[in-house]
Amino acid sequence: MNTIVTVLYYLLTAYVAVLLVANFLKDRKWQDEVLYIIVLIPFVLRLLRLK
Amino acid sequence: MKRKIAIAALGAALAFFAGLSFTRSRHLREPVVPGPSVSRVAHLGDYFGPLKGTVNDVNVYVLEGKEPGGTVLLLGGTHPEEPAGRLATWIFAENAAMAKGRIFVILTANRSASTVTRLGGAYPPDFTIPTAWGGQKFRMGDRWSNPLDQWPDPEVYLHFPTRQELAYVDIRNLNRAFPGRPNGTLTEKTCYAIIELIRREKVDIAIDFHEAELQYPVISTIVAHQKGADLAAAASMFISSVEGFAIGVENSPKALRGLSHREIGDATDAISLLLEAPEPFLDATRGRTNRELLLAGKDEFVVRAGKRGLLFEKIDEKGWPIDIRVGRHTSTVLQILEIWSGDNPAKAVVLSGVPRYTDVVQNGTGAYLKDPRTVDPAKLVFE
Repeated sequence: MNTIVTVLYYLLTAYVAVLLVANFLKDRKWQDEVLYIIVLIPFVLRLLRLK
Repeated sequence: MKRKIAIAALGAALAFFAGLSFTRSRHLREPVVPGPSVSRVAHLGDYFGPLKGTVNDVNVYVLEGKEPGGTVLLLGGTHPEEPAGRLATWIFAENAAMAKGRIFVILTANRSASTVTRLGGAYPPDFTIPTAWGGQKFRMGDRWSNPLDQWPDPEVYLHFPTRQELAYVDIRNLNRAFPGRPNGTLTEKTCYAIIELIRREKVDIAIDFHEAELQYPVISTIVAHQKGADLAAAASMFISSVEGFAIGVENSPKALRGLSHREIGDATDAISLLLEAPEPFLDATRGRTNRELLLAGKDEFVVRAGKRGLLFEKIDEKGWPIDIRVGRHTSTVLQILEIWSGDNPAKAVVLSGVPRYTDVVQNGTGAYLKDPRTVDPAKLVFE
């Protein structure tokens, strides 16, 4: 059960990461683009199992 | 589009360097030179198969005397962010010369927790103990298992088997998960393996090394299961009269579950004791959270808190240096073993080569760490 929950959380993390990338590509303001990239970093680090 | 590429490249660079730093910290190898009485290095997974190959399949150094006697377990690194405990067990593993009995030494009981630092805590990733041969670097670590090894945390943590409700994050706290369970989380499995070790090896005394913030009431003390109350009280009296420092005794509360001093004593035949030394680095009122604070134990803000009567232990401008904290642990264990051996000659645990409080304070912890370069690489062990 623990493993299933963990896998679901990784899927959620990937989903949020994809949303952030999509918003980054869609956005026109550079301030928002920077913000999306900064917010994305911890999600990427978790997905890569670095932090 | 050029702007987006530039911002994405900046983000990728940040992620790369952050990831590199975390990876280096997580995989920092700490050498151990097994001492003269280390007959073998076992693993926790030997006592509970499912732990084999995991991050917490940690080394168990088995020190055996020429004559039979009692058996003691020393647990360092239950909370790796309390480094005096790990360093004290390091000194035992590298220096103890056993005459009677056996000592099982675990330097990093929760290795997973040693590979991460406190989220948002601005902890240093590592620290170095100075030695005559240059210095030995150690991982800083945290109180809880690494979320990379156990994630997510539940909304509510129900301790097994009592179902007592504990802080959610303590589901990753080794000292809230005893006696553990075989089909539980990594932290619970680790506790279960330690309990199995104690049962199979017929451990007489299990001693868990810790440090505490000065704002925490359980400090500078031996926390004793009721089976070890007399032993702890005698040790406290001897230490306070001959070792050069004072240490108290606390009874292990029966209503607070998951802690080693309670659960090991309840679940096994062993006497369970937990040692607490003062560590200003952990205090919430501290200033900069850096290596200097960790090792020198000096902090003007904690001193101010003390002047306002907010602390349960004294502190002045001299602070609580790491050598004092390590020396407290080594002397406390030596006194416990001497008293135990006097009262139980058939189960005596007699050793030499481990420095007492005054030795560690005078010579420094680094004087008792062995230079890994002087040893046959095949004999080196890494934590």
